[in-house]
Amino acid sequence: MRLNTGLGGTAGLLAAALVLAACGSDDDGGSAGGDPSQNAEATEVTLTITDNAIAGGKNSEGAAWITDYVIPEFTAMQEANGVDVTVEFEENGVDDEDYKTKIALDLQSGGGGDIISIDGIWTGEFAEAGYIAPLTDIAGDAVEDWDGWEQIPEAVQQAMTFDDEAYGIPVGTDGRVIYFNKELFAQAGLPEDWQPTSWDEILEAARALKQLDGVTPLQINAGVPMGEATTMQGFLPLLAGTGEQIWADDTWTGATEGVTEVLDFYAQVYGEEQLGDPLLQQEAQGRDTSFQLFASGQLGMLIEGDYLWRSVINPDGGIAPMANRDEVVGWAKIPAREPGAGLNGQDFVSMSGGTGRVINPNTEFPQQAWELMMFMNSPEAFEAQIEIAGARITPRDDVNAEALAGDPLMEFIASEVLPITAYRPALAIYPQVSVALQEATAAVASGTSAEDAAAGYQSELEGIVGDDGSIAD
Amino acid sequence: MTTVPSPTDLDPAGARGADPGGAGRGTGRGRGAAVDDGDAAGLGRWRAAGFVAPAMLVVAVFLVFPAIWTLYLGLTNWRLTGLAAAEPEFVGTENYTDALSDPAFRNSLMLTLAFVFFSAIVGQSILGFALAWVARRLRPAVRSVLETVVLLAWIIPASVVAFLWLALLDRREGTLNALLGTDGTAWLLEYPMQSIIVFNIWNGTAFSMLLFGSALASVPPSQFETARMAGAGTFATLRDVVLPNIRGHILTNTLLITLWTFNVFAPYLITAGGPQGRTEILGIYIYRVALRDGALGQGAALSLIMIIINLIVASVYLRLLRERRS
Repeated sequence: MRLNTGLGGTAGLLAAALVLAACGSDDDGGSAGGDPSQNAEATEVTLTITDNAIAGGKNSEGAAWITDYVIPEFTAMQEANGVDVTVEFEENGVDDEDYKTKIALDLQSGGGGDIISIDGIWTGEFAEAGYIAPLTDIAGDAVEDWDGWEQIPEAVQQAMTFDDEAYGIPVGTDGRVIYFNKELFAQAGLPEDWQPTSWDEILEAARALKQLDGVTPLQINAGVPMGEATTMQGFLPLLAGTGEQIWADDTWTGATEGVTEVLDFYAQVYGEEQLGDPLLQQEAQGRDTSFQLFASGQLGMLIEGDYLWRSVINPDGGIAPMANRDEVVGWAKIPAREPGAGLNGQDFVSMSGGTGRVINPNTEFPQQAWELMMFMNSPEAFEAQIEIAGARITPRDDVNAEALAGDPLMEFIASEVLPITAYRPALAIYPQVSVALQEATAAVASGTSAEDAAAGYQSELEGIVGDDGSIAD
Repeated sequence: MTTVPSPTDLDPAGARGADPGGAGRGTGRGRGAAVDDGDAAGLGRWRAAGFVAPAMLVVAVFLVFPAIWTLYLGLTNWRLTGLAAAEPEFVGTENYTDALSDPAFRNSLMLTLAFVFFSAIVGQSILGFALAWVARRLRPAVRSVLETVVLLAWIIPASVVAFLWLALLDRREGTLNALLGTDGTAWLLEYPMQSIIVFNIWNGTAFSMLLFGSALASVPPSQFETARMAGAGTFATLRDVVLPNIRGHILTNTLLITLWTFNVFAPYLITAGGPQGRTEILGIYIYRVALRDGALGQGAALSLIMIIINLIVASVYLRLLRERRS
């Protein structure tokens, strides 16, 4: 009896091992999709849409668009053709990294929704793993015949492209700016139409804000808990400001001068002067907290994408709604380290990414899934989305022309930021490099010197890509 | 100890009368005969095998096979995504040697040992015993209130509990800071290990309390009375009356909570292993390596190492239990 209880204690652990083992036993991660004409004539169809959006939580307006527009309209449309379609919506409302883990496990085990929303930067690693397949392999010629492609600019399509093949349709693109609180700026004697032209001017403004009581001047995303937000909203825009890119001329950027300069900027923000709050960067829920602080007027400046404006501080449905957003929140382009020092000799820089939707290669209904994809990417659907969710940069030029008018921030990003922006490399290994960058910023935020953190990043990088001359330093 | 290494060590009859429960029914005489012909129930070898087979099958499918499969996976560079997800390659013992020489793994192992020692062996055992000791003198009504409160901490789902603790320890609007007047103290960042240790003590003490509660109830009241008449104080009573009677329970309790605590994952919901890996106990570390970083092969290697540590811990305790009985 005693022996049994001992084994019982170990059972939990072994069960955990079983989960790993069960995941490994797949042989159906199948590379290319199956037969495009499978079930093409079916009259009873079930499709599932998976997205990291949830009513009342993350991207709630996107969830509302799917439940209130996409599902009823598509169902009605198919009913007119005599097809009985049931569309289910699998909602998620978690950090992007957790969402990625979840859908990777879904796809690996041969499950998952029929249409899945993914971050464009995952395309490469998912494609290499055989989790997703080129759209033409899944749904056949119908894909090439779609008239929507010519409305989507090449640079935007790139987000869902790997090895010159389209794996999905992008849902839009974005851009990053410095948001600032005009009321706090006024109290600190800073101008309402603030536009810094160098990193030093950002730090000067932060020092002025530091004089105010109960205000954190500036939060530059750092650390691993914030995941890709650290890289995209922190490290990479700053690196672009030094004229470097993380991957250029077929080599990864190691502990270069630019990387060290960026880390040194982090050191100035989170070091002795405490212009930013380093503890916040270590908290498990730090990013959400930074949103709340900004929304409640306790945070002066924050580098974020238009996501902040649309989905976070939006007084109508944001996760940290700010009733006076339109009056209080200002924005500025991200300056290079000093004028002309940015990428391509630019004075200002930004980074853009984009999410998109893919069709699960394991879908039972490839043709119907593609029809749903086309429907979700039709001009009417985007217009409905803008009506429900507010302005955002759609992938379609024909929609954007009208859609952005009336939202000053979105117009600003489309006209001022997108022309100077840069993109991440569409390489399968990038997410690992990104984690190494996050660790370097975490080290600096907790007191390591910029040089040491850069050296640590260099050796991490060598561990990831190999030390065979594919790193520039 | 001067136990003579003899075949009787393995003889179940050596455990004479130590277990007052079911086993006692197979009286000493009958058992002596059973050992001789090896067939106590008179089933015959094949019918006996038939009865055991389903259980062995379950054990094989759910315990042995996964363990072997984990061993195999640990020998590959299998990843969650990318090329190595589609076509994992055999890398030999690289994952195992990497793990053993990785400072992050050793750090995680040390954290786990500290976590187990302070939160389970010291914290839960002592607190659980203290509660059980105090409870036996309380009026039944008060006692059941106390037990219910402690049990609640144990049975509420971990996600709910984690949320309560986040609210308690929050840096800006946390209850604890409001109570202590320590505004702005980031408990989970400044005292991360201490926080999850206290959390785990709070979370798991109920088990030790229940186990010790029934253990104390099994101490013959006459011995307490004798002790009282002899004028023994509380300490002397504990040492000379209680301890000898519940030694077996202490071992069992320590074994179970050690294994549970070693494998616990709930602190992830509070600190996610942070800040900077300072609360990355083994379960959390493996989760991070395998699923967040996507290195499934390495995660499998770490899992196997963890299984082995568990087996070692379990066999040490089992040995102690057996020695005590013989």
